[in-house]
Amino acid sequence: MSDVDIPRTARLAVPSATALRRLAVALVAVAACVAPFQLEPFRVFQLTMVLVYAVALLGLNLLVGHAGQISLGHGGFFAIGAYTAAVMLDRWDTPHVLTLPAAMAVTFALGFGLGVPALRLRGLYLALVTMTIAIFLVPLLKRFESVTGGSMGLTLSRPEPPSWTGLAEDQWLYFLALAVATAAGLAVWSLLRSRVGRALHAVRDNEIAAEVMGVRLARYKTLAFAWSAMLAGAAGAVNTWVIAFVSPDSFTVNLSILLLAGIVVGGLGSTFGPLLGGAFVLFVPTLAQDVNQAAPGVVFGVVIILIMYVAPRGLAGLAGRGGRFLDQALRKK
Amino acid sequence: MADFIQQLVEGLGAGAIYASLALALVLIYRFTGIVNFAQGEMAMFATFIAWQLVQAGVPFWLALGATLAIAFGGGMLIERVVIRPVEGAPELALVIVTLGLFILVNAAAGWIWSFLIKDFPSPFPGGALDAGGVHLSYSTLGVLGVVAVVMGLLYILFRYTKIGLAMRAVASNPASARLLGIRVSGVLALGWGLAALVGAVSGVLVAPVLFLEPTMMGGVLIYAFAAATLGGFDSPVGAVVGGLVVGIAETLAGAYVGVIGSDLKIGVPLAVIIGVLLFRPQGLFGRAAVERA
Repeated sequence: MSDVDIPRTARLAVPSATALRRLAVALVAVAACVAPFQLEPFRVFQLTMVLVYAVALLGLNLLVGHAGQISLGHGGFFAIGAYTAAVMLDRWDTPHVLTLPAAMAVTFALGFGLGVPALRLRGLYLALVTMTIAIFLVPLLKRFESVTGGSMGLTLSRPEPPSWTGLAEDQWLYFLALAVATAAGLAVWSLLRSRVGRALHAVRDNEIAAEVMGVRLARYKTLAFAWSAMLAGAAGAVNTWVIAFVSPDSFTVNLSILLLAGIVVGGLGSTFGPLLGGAFVLFVPTLAQDVNQAAPGVVFGVVIILIMYVAPRGLAGLAGRGGRFLDQALRKK
Repeated sequence: MADFIQQLVEGLGAGAIYASLALALVLIYRFTGIVNFAQGEMAMFATFIAWQLVQAGVPFWLALGATLAIAFGGGMLIERVVIRPVEGAPELALVIVTLGLFILVNAAAGWIWSFLIKDFPSPFPGGALDAGGVHLSYSTLGVLGVVAVVMGLLYILFRYTKIGLAMRAVASNPASARLLGIRVSGVLALGWGLAALVGAVSGVLVAPVLFLEPTMMGGVLIYAFAAATLGGFDSPVGAVVGGLVVGIAETLAGAYVGVIGSDLKIGVPLAVIIGVLLFRPQGLFGRAAVERA
């Protein structure tokens, strides 16, 4: 490498990669707080949905990107979170805030329960089983009509902004979603920096080696499943707050495929992958919809395949590569 | 009793269709180690081509032949263009690429032929044979016959032809096959072509029952997955037996288990998949994988 020859003082002039990263985080944070006051309500709603998807993708990223387990059933956990919140709101008029921990608890328990048989399955088989479960959920939701409202779904109320905030409804929803996303992001981030994160990476990279090193495979795999399901459930609950409507047909297997596609495009195993993936999942169909009803699918399919060829680490990987390229170019000067 | 046998026959008819799609899955799995999530969509696309030809006035059986040829070519093309670049990649990458293909083919069919459902002509006459109170409809018999012919031809291909021998060699050990002078890449493409062809048969057979639309094969694919899992993902015989068993189980459960009924029938393949994977992961006819640390 040529940068060995560069004197120390010259190096200081170029901000280090860590500093650039921090700057980027700060800019995103500021933009996230200012955005709802600058944009029209529909755009705010779209950003809110990006955050909702980002929370679900954080969970999926934990499972697929960090623990190396494939799930094609996260749309199912999303649906269960959404329905838990919806049924609580519909039946007992529960305050909105309480539905979030309830949805998380339910999906955590289910994820843990599914994680146990999933221990015996790997790779393709796990993908198969989770996908079948996601497909089975839709007729199941339709069947128990008295609780779930059947095919008609349930129409609910949105959380009302407290008067002291002076916020409009869309802005309040946005900040709720932002709060959940930030909390989830920080929780995952610190989890991955702990021994748990290292154990998950070991499981992903080589199960046998991980076991030899003393990582308890069963424990970490089931936990990864449970946490991941919990985050998808949290996203589902917030989705119910925002949309104020649930119906089985919003949670078909396509949602699960969309989520997996989103995290692959965003960047598996990367910190900002879920956010980029969330934006991709929301905006690409909206943009392509104008061309043709089928255009979003065509664009999605092509992009997913191309991403696997050229950038297996997704958009976040591309951004990282771009950043490093820029960094090196700056240093050479 | 007659009613029970009636259900059994109908189960066999459904099972034959699952068996042919499962066979397509197994072919690809044996050659490339990929579970092709797009198999059903490829079959659906081929069925649309057949529909288009019939609409254009081509006689049914001629249209079917042309469709199978197109499916064969299309399958080879997909292997060359889409699958080749990720050959040998981790499972996750393979799953995602075939899912991408799933979304792409589905949307492309919707783009070309719209998402409206279409009537697909049945190639078989409408009536039924009456055998001791059991109605054997000609369409069920026809489905069973067509699937049996396809299986027989595949058996002959693999067992008695030189190219079949080469294909078996590649499936069992690609490196040795290459050393023997077999063009492995050509055989892999051939495997995908054959699988697409067999899958197209299932699409054409199921279309008169389900009506033709881009999402037609979604449910069938799940049954085929169950069939392939039950039979063992590396066993063609297993796929056929598995398909028939799943078809019968589904029909009987729908008819006799009140809780399941027709709307929760999709739970049957789910139960089959989970049960098999938990108790006999290699399936009935599959070989257990031995892992070397």
